[in-house]
Amino acid sequence: MSFMELIKRAKETEDFSILSQNIPYMKSLGIEVHQYGGLLITTLKADPKLTGNPWIPALHGGNIGGLLEMAAIVQLAHDQESDDLPRTINITVEYLRTGFIKDLHAKALVTKRGRRVANVQVQCWQDDPDKPVASMHGHFLMS
Amino acid sequence: MTNKALMERIVRFRTKPENQSPFGLYLGLEIIDIDQGEATLAVPYAKHLAGNSLTGVLHGGIITTSLDSACGLSVIAALGEPTTIATLDLRIDYLKPAIPEETVFAYGHCYKVTKNVCFVRGLAYQKDKAKPIANATATFMITAKGTGRQVQKNAQPLPGEGESTQ
Repeated sequence: MSFMELIKRAKETEDFSILSQNIPYMKSLGIEVHQYGGLLITTLKADPKLTGNPWIPALHGGNIGGLLEMAAIVQLAHDQESDDLPRTINITVEYLRTGFIKDLHAKALVTKRGRRVANVQVQCWQDDPDKPVASMHGHFLMS
Repeated sequence: MTNKALMERIVRFRTKPENQSPFGLYLGLEIIDIDQGEATLAVPYAKHLAGNSLTGVLHGGIITTSLDSACGLSVIAALGEPTTIATLDLRIDYLKPAIPEETVFAYGHCYKVTKNVCFVRGLAYQKDKAKPIANATATFMITAKGTGRQVQKNAQPLPGEGESTQ
């Protein structure tokens, strides 16, 4: 099943576990999507193998970036009716705090959706949503 | 160009069990070249890290991870001694999709070292470095206190400083 078909199915059944089961990257890293009211939260589950810095230990920055990008794409795909898969043009990740080996939650906000390009901002946090671990903004090609 | 002595020193430090990055091991990240201020890593293709099971194209997160690692390593290669650094920001432009089944290389070049902050450019490519799949710009913070000032004194001018690396 293509990504857009998976999203469509997830929206119909309101069960997003179908994404984690079918997208290899999400399954391997342990990324899950849950819906709370109208809000989509994408979560990277705590796992020692995701450690980048063994001394702290802290999550690898690339895994934080990967989660943020995933959260943006899931949100864009969820919000649209068309079957075109949003494709990443660029992302800028700002690292604000150490990401510990704990669940990391991300919430995306579509700042502007144009006909061809969308701008998305994403923040992620661990215990306290007011203490973000990293934030991202990115552009995505919509058609 | 390879700085053999520097590469050996960094590889020896990084392969000690207590210094190994678990996620680097999981991906099979391999240091293939180190020069003063420059680092190249190889990431073997893995089907289970694809973003799309139909096409098998690697997820962008893997490109992000390999570029973050290569850029960070180029900072270590510029400072010339192991220290602790943290990524401040990382921008990635995706130029074209990665071809499935092919190894991805990530290259970082730390072109400026200051007391606290290091500036880096990076590229991800497959067979041809002249046709990159992604371009990166990153800044890193030197987190070990005082280390920056100390190594800045020792830091040698980078080869090719001022020249284009791309």
